[in-house]
Amino acid sequence: MQPDLWELYSLMYKSRLFEQAVKKLWNDGKISGEMHLAIGEEAVAAGIVSHLKEGDAMALDHRGTPQMLMRGVDPVSLLCELLGKPEGLCGGMGGHMHLFSEQHLAASSGIVGSSGPAAVGFALAAQHLRPGAVAVAFFGEGAMNQGMMMESMNLAATWKLPVLFVCKDSKIAITTVSSSVTSGSLFNRAKSFNIPAKEIDGTDVEMIWLAAHKAIDEARRGEGPSFLLAHCSRPEGHFLGDPLIRITKNPLKEMKDMAPALLKSILKPKGAAVRERTESLSSVTSILGQTTKAQFFNFNDPLDMTRKELKSDKNRLEQLEEKIEQEIKQIVINALNGNTDNKKAVT
Amino acid sequence: MKSKTFAQAIDMALAQAMADDPNIIILGEDVQMLRVNLFSRFGRDRVRNTPISESAFVGAAVTAAMAGLKPVVEVMLVDFIGVAMDAILNHAAKVNSFSGGKWQVPLVIRAACGGGYGDGGQHQQSLWGWLAHIPGIMVVVPSNPADAGGLMLTALEHAGPVIYLEHKLLADYWLDYMGIGDRKTVTFDVPPNGARGPVPDKLSPVPPGKAAVRQKGSDISLVGVGVGVHRCLQAAGSLKTKGVAAEVIDLRSVSPLDIKAICESAEKTGRVLVVDEDYREFGLSGECAAVIMEAGIRAKYARVCTNDTIPYSRDLEEKTLPNTERIISAALSLMS
Ligand SMILES: Cc1ncc(C[n+]2csc(CCOP(=O)(O)OP(=O)(O)O)c2C)c(N)n1
Repeated sequence: MQPDLWELYSLMYKSRLFEQAVKKLWNDGKISGEMHLAIGEEAVAAGIVSHLKEGDAMALDHRGTPQMLMRGVDPVSLLCELLGKPEGLCGGMGGHMHLFSEQHLAASSGIVGSSGPAAVGFALAAQHLRPGAVAVAFFGEGAMNQGMMMESMNLAATWKLPVLFVCKDSKIAITTVSSSVTSGSLFNRAKSFNIPAKEIDGTDVEMIWLAAHKAIDEARRGEGPSFLLAHCSRPEGHFLGDPLIRITKNPLKEMKDMAPALLKSILKPKGAAVRERTESLSSVTSILGQTTKAQFFNFNDPLDMTRKELKSDKNRLEQLEEKIEQEIKQIVINALNGNTDNKKAVT
Repeated sequence: MKSKTFAQAIDMALAQAMADDPNIIILGEDVQMLRVNLFSRFGRDRVRNTPISESAFVGAAVTAAMAGLKPVVEVMLVDFIGVAMDAILNHAAKVNSFSGGKWQVPLVIRAACGGGYGDGGQHQQSLWGWLAHIPGIMVVVPSNPADAGGLMLTALEHAGPVIYLEHKLLADYWLDYMGIGDRKTVTFDVPPNGARGPVPDKLSPVPPGKAAVRQKGSDISLVGVGVGVHRCLQAAGSLKTKGVAAEVIDLRSVSPLDIKAICESAEKTGRVLVVDEDYREFGLSGECAAVIMEAGIRAKYARVCTNDTIPYSRDLEEKTLPNTERIISAALSLMS
C-alpha cells in the first residue's frame, strides 16, 4: 500500500490554514487563554489520522486541533468551540485543550502525560467491544517523563492492547530542553517494554503514513502496541505569545523589564559562587538565543516536502490549494456567525 | 515600603530566605526561567529544573524535607497537583502523625491557581478547600503583594507542609503567559491593589492562621480569600451606597482557619456571606458556616462560590466564578 499524497497534502494544508486563522482570531482577542498551535506537526497528524476509521479512538494532549480536524470533526463547530461559542463542539465548555467528540472516540486533556492512560483505556474497550479497532495516543517528548505514560506503555504491552503511542519530539518542553531532564533514549525506553519502536522524520508525511500503516495494521491484528518517535519543530513556539520567541526576536524591548532585576539579583551578596552564577546566566541566555533559534526559527516545513512532490501537476495543486483556501475562509465566516450544521445551543 | 508587584514580593521573600538558609532549594518544571533571578543568583543546584514528573519530584521533595532540606516544590498550576496527589495526601500530610509527632516535613508546595482569563476548567481551579480538607497541611492564599511575601516566609518557617497558592490574576507573569500573551486585544478584571502594592523593605512572616479585616462594617461580614477579597471590597463599596456597612475579612490562610476572626465578625454583624472561588460543596464556605454554628452564634448565612466545572468560554466563565454582582445581590438578600 502506498499513501495518497494528494489526500495527505490536502489534510495538512487545511490544518495549516485553519490554525493560521486561529492565530489571527487569537491575536484579535476573539479566542481566550493559552493557544497551543501544532503548526509544524501536520505531517505526524495527517500520516496517522488518515488511517483511522469508525471505532478507532484518539487520545490527544493540549495540541490536538489538527487531529480533530483531520478526523472529520465539523470544522465550523471546532472553530466555534475555540471562539467559546455555544454553537461550539463542546458548547464553549472545553476550548482547544479539552476537545471531545464521542462520535469519533476522540478525547483531549491539558494534563501532560494523560493521553497515555486514555489511549490504553480506549484500546481496552476496543479489545472487548470492537475487535480490530485501535487507539492512538499523541503526546510530546516532555510527556515521556510522566510516570503515567511509562505505566501505560507497560500496561499496553502486557495486555497486548491495540495502541499506537505517538511521541512528537520538538526537543523542548515550554522552556526546558528535554534532553537536560531525560536520561537514556526515548526510543530505547519504548523498546525496553518490548514495544516495537520506530524513529522517524516528523516532517516526512509519506514515511509517517507507512510507519503508521504497519503499526496500526499489527494492532488491528491483535499484535499489541507500537511506538513512533517523530521529530518535528514548531515555529510558533510552545504557545502563541511564547516569551522565548518574544525575547529572542526582540531582546532589547523584552529584556528592558527583565534585565535590571536579573542583574541586581546576580550581583547580590549571599548566594552561589561567581562561577556558578555565570554558568546559570549563560544557560539562560543560551535558551533565549541559540536554543530558541534552533528549535523555533529553523523551521523545517512538512508541507514544503510534500508540495515539492506534487508540483509536477501544478494545475491540480493550485486548484486544490485554492479550494482549501476558500473553504477555510467560509469556515471562519460561518464560525464567527455561529452557523454550524448541527446548531445546538448549550444552556 | 516600596510599591512592588505580587510576583516581585514572592521573589523577594524567597531571595531573603534563601540567602539566610542554604537548605532552601526550589524545584519544578521550568523554574530556571520562571525564577530566573533566583536561578542566576543561587545557581542550578538550588533552583533545579525538573522533568514533567510531578509524582516523582513532589514525592522526592517530601523525603528531601524529612532529611534536612527545605524544598519549595512547584507544580505550576494547582490543577496539575492531581498527578502528585499521593505524595501530598498519603505522605507529606501523614509523616508527622505516623511518627508520633517526631518527624517533620518542612515542605512548601507552590502553585498558581484561579481563573478569570478563559483557560478552561483544567487550568483555572482554586482547590484550596479541597486541599485543606486533609489534616496536616497548611494552605495559604495571599491577596496582595505584602501578604504574598509575608506568607511565603510563613510557609518557609512552618515546620510542616504548606501549600502556597498564588492567584493568576494577581501574579502578573502568570496572567501574561496564560492569558495575555503579548496581546492588546484582551482585558481582565485584575484587582489593582492585589497585583501591586506597598511591600516593606524587609519582609516578615504573617502570623500563621491569622485573618485580616480589610474593611470594618457592622451590617454584614463578607469573608473571602485571594481575588475573592477584592471582589468583596468592590461589592462593599456598592453596598455602602445602598446604606449597608459591610465588613470584609481576608482569611489569608484556609488552613488553619482563623475561626476567632470569623466568629467575632459573625457575632457583631449577624450576617455572613462567604465568597469562595473554590467549589461550593464540601469546602471552605461550608466550613465557615460550620465553625459559626459550632460556636453557637446565630447568624444569617449565604455563599457565592464556583458551583460547577469552570467553563472555557469567557461569557460562561464570568457567570460561574464569583463576581461582584452576585456578591451584591446575595448580600442584599441577606439584608432583607
Ligand atoms: C501534569 C502537567 N504538568 C505540567 C503541565 C504544564 N505544561 C503544559 S504543556 C507542557 C510541556 C509539554 O511538553 P511536551 O509533552 O513535549 O509537549 P509540547 O507542548 O512540546 O507539544 C507543560 C509542562 C501540564 N499541563 N500538566
